[in-house]
Amino acid sequence: MDRIPILRMGPFLLVTIQVDLYDRLALDLEADLVKMVSKTGAQGILIDISAVSIVDSFMGRIIGNIGVMAKLLDAETVVVGMQPAVAITLVELGLPLKGVFTALNVERGMDLLKSKIQLFEQDETDPENDSDDHITE
Amino acid sequence: MKRILKMIATIISLNKDPMPVAREQDVVPFRNRVKEYAVKIKMGLVNQTKLITAASELVRNMLRYGGGGEVLIEVVSRGRDSGIRLTFKDDGPGIPDISLALKDGYSTGKSLGLGLPGTKRLVNEFDIKSEVGKGTKVTIIKWANG
Ligand SMILES: Nc1ncnc2c1ncn2[C@@H]1O[C@H](COP(=O)(O)OP(=O)(O)OP(=O)(O)O)[C@@H](O)[C@H]1O
Ligand SMILES: [Mg+2]
Repeated sequence: MDRIPILRMGPFLLVTIQVDLYDRLALDLEADLVKMVSKTGAQGILIDISAVSIVDSFMGRIIGNIGVMAKLLDAETVVVGMQPAVAITLVELGLPLKGVFTALNVERGMDLLKSKIQLFEQDETDPENDSDDHITE
Repeated sequence: MKRILKMIATIISLNKDPMPVAREQDVVPFRNRVKEYAVKIKMGLVNQTKLITAASELVRNMLRYGGGGEVLIEVVSRGRDSGIRLTFKDDGPGIPDISLALKDGYSTGKSLGLGLPGTKRLVNEFDIKSEVGKGTKVTIIKWANG
C-alpha cells in the first residue's frame, strides 16, 4: 500500500505531498507523523502542499490534527506552499487551519520553524539529545 | 426560492454524465472527472478549486451519511454563461431539519459541520431536498465566470 514518505532533516521532519490524498493515505500520514515525532523527538514538522490542488474539510482537519498532536509532543508544524486558489477556497469554506503555522515556501518555513524552537547549534547534530525526556507515554 | 426556480428553469443541460459513488476510493476519480469538465468549459482556476472543493464536501456527506449514491455531472448553459451542475442523490436516512443542517458548526457526525454551509458559500446556486427515510438530493451550479 502507498505511503507518503517522511524525510528527516536534523531536528525536523519534512513531508512533501505530491498527490491529491485519498482518505486512507491522509490518515496514515497523520499516524506516521505522530509516531515519528514521538520516536525521533523531532521539534518541527514541515508539510509542503504546493502540489495539492484541493484541500477540503477532511484534509484540513487532518492537517489541523497533525498540528495539535505534534504540539502535544512539543513539536511545531508549518504548512508551506499553499496555492492561492486553495487559500481563497479555504477562507470561503470557513475552515480555520488551527494549530499550524503557514509559510510561503520551504525555505521560509524552515526559518519559521527555527525561530519557533529557538534552535541551538548542538541540536542540529543530535536532535535526540534533549527532546526524548519531554515525551511521556 | 421562486427566483432560484425561475433561474433553473431557463438553464439548458448540454451534457449528462452520471457517476455512481459507493466507496471512499471513488472520491478522487470523481473529483478528477469534475475537473475535466470544468477545464473543458474554461472555468478559471479559483472557480474550479471552489467547485471541486464543494463537490468533495458533498460527496463525502453522501458517503458518510447517505451510504453512497450517484452524482450527475452536467455541463449547463444559461444565455451566454456556461457552468457545471452537480446533482448528488442518495437513498439514505434523509435530513430531518435542513435549516439546522445548513448552520455553520452543526454536525451529527462529531465533525466541524462545515460541509453544507461552506459548500453553499463556494457555489453560485445551491438547492437541497431531503425526505426522512427516503434520501437526500443536493444540486449545485458553478458558472465558469461566476
Ligand atoms: N446526504 C446526507 N444524508 C443524511 N444526512 C446528511 C447528509 N448530508 C448531510 N447530512 C447531515 O447534515 C449535517 C451537516 O452536514 P455538514 O456537511 O455541514 O457537516 P458534517 O459533515 O457533519 O461535518 P464536516 O462536513 O465539516 O466534516 C451532518 O452532520 C448530517 O447530520
Ligand atoms: Mg460534511
